[in-house]
Amino acid sequence: MAKIAARKLNLWYGDFHALKDVNASFEPKKITAIIGPSGCGKSTLLRVFNRMNDLIEGVRMDGEVLIDGANILDPCADLVALRKKVGMVFQRPNPFPLSIYENIIFGERIHGAGVTRDELDGIVEKSLKDVLLWDELKDRLQAPALSLSLEQKQRLCIARLIAVRPDVLLMDEPCSTLDPQATARIEELMRELKNNYTIIIVTHNMQQAARISDDAGFMLLGELIEFGKTDQLFTAPQDQRTEDYITGRYG
Amino acid sequence: MRNPRRTEKIAFFFLLLATLLIVVPVGLIVVIIIQKGLPAINWQFLSDMPRQGMRAGGIFPAIVGTIYLVAGAIIFALPIGLLAAIYLSEYSRENMLTRLIKLAIVNLAGVPSVVYGLFGLALFVVFFKFGASILSGSLTLGIMILPIIITASREALESVPSSFREVSLSLGASKWQTIRHIVLPNAIPGILTGTILGLGRAAGETAPILFTVAAFYLPQLPHSIFDQAMALPYHLYVISTQVPNVDEKIRYGTAFVLLALVLVMNLIAIVIRTRFRKKKKW
Repeated sequence: MAKIAARKLNLWYGDFHALKDVNASFEPKKITAIIGPSGCGKSTLLRVFNRMNDLIEGVRMDGEVLIDGANILDPCADLVALRKKVGMVFQRPNPFPLSIYENIIFGERIHGAGVTRDELDGIVEKSLKDVLLWDELKDRLQAPALSLSLEQKQRLCIARLIAVRPDVLLMDEPCSTLDPQATARIEELMRELKNNYTIIIVTHNMQQAARISDDAGFMLLGELIEFGKTDQLFTAPQDQRTEDYITGRYG
Repeated sequence: MRNPRRTEKIAFFFLLLATLLIVVPVGLIVVIIIQKGLPAINWQFLSDMPRQGMRAGGIFPAIVGTIYLVAGAIIFALPIGLLAAIYLSEYSRENMLTRLIKLAIVNLAGVPSVVYGLFGLALFVVFFKFGASILSGSLTLGIMILPIIITASREALESVPSSFREVSLSLGASKWQTIRHIVLPNAIPGILTGTILGLGRAAGETAPILFTVAAFYLPQLPHSIFDQAMALPYHLYVISTQVPNVDEKIRYGTAFVLLALVLVMNLIAIVIRTRFRKKKKW
């Protein structure tokens, strides 16, 4: 069964129709990439899944988005529970101006009651190990997170997210501020994370989508033009517009 | 023929002159007050009751009165101002109501201080029957510094990057948790700075306390918030204009204490601000 399914999803910013009749299913423990030119609505689609678009004034949605069978567009949906389950990694690494340690246990501070120091230490260690930062940082956990390199910051943000124990990771161009080596290492990390999480990544970088994703979707002007296996989308696209985009005719 | 370099030099000269002119009065005030007031300062002057119709003795009750008034003003104005600032910056949406509130704050900042005094007299002293008391005076000063606190707090809250709020919400924090754990801690230095500047303003104003609290001559400390009290700015006014034959030293000594109090508060605000700027990295 699909982890996330969008059915006839429409979204408007005021009068602007940003998502048009989007239908897609996202498989558990797979990486699904969404590609398309700037302004096509791919970030908007991503932000539907944790309802971050709600922060923008004048947003309206209709249709259905089922996560584990429950419609998250339901007006009664519990946004706090949703966002614990569906976490997000942002384009710019954005650790809080706190220590490395405090960044990771932020979720625990918010959600956990009566967690002991030992348990917190355990969470920090496990989360940092999961993002392969533990060996680098274990001796300076109290250092300010803002002193880290960009790549370390982005890994830390992923660790901070993992510490909340989500099921789904939404990644909004997570490598766009990183150099090629750092990008490669983050991609490697994503392949690791795939074993435990359902990952949806929005990316500008078609090669990245081709390298790491199992499924892929191509969006244009608010429509999901084509959605399917990554291999097929890149080698034998069904739609002329997809082909034009991936062969670099525009975008 | 025109020489652009010389024109520029002349222009620079006048710009510098205008800027220096700002420094001159500040410097002169400080120098004169220190020169004439410092000789009056000793332990007795700071800790003794005024005597012989304020022509001798100290200014202790006026110092205490001012501290009480300032503390009272802040106890009243900081929570209300901060909560209002949080509402305006974090919760409210742009509409008629918030525009009206913002307009009210701007206008509140522009009201002459003597009008606050009259307002305090009408509302707190007469209508609520608090009488001329520390309570009435503190509330009046509190209303006067409310716009300073709201404006400074709003700026401090709004300077916290919105990406922090976004991340916090995306990690499943509620809006209030986000404000409490992320926004407020990062805004506190700015809020403190604004609050201290408000304190300095409250300590120095005469008009708002004129009808609401200030005692002409009260050589004892207040016992409760319903007592009248002496206060430095009003005391200075009294011994300068209402009491004949007061030694110049006492007047300038009082002015020195008041000025020192306000300058020290401003200095603290500046120190907090610079420390924070150095630490801030986003």
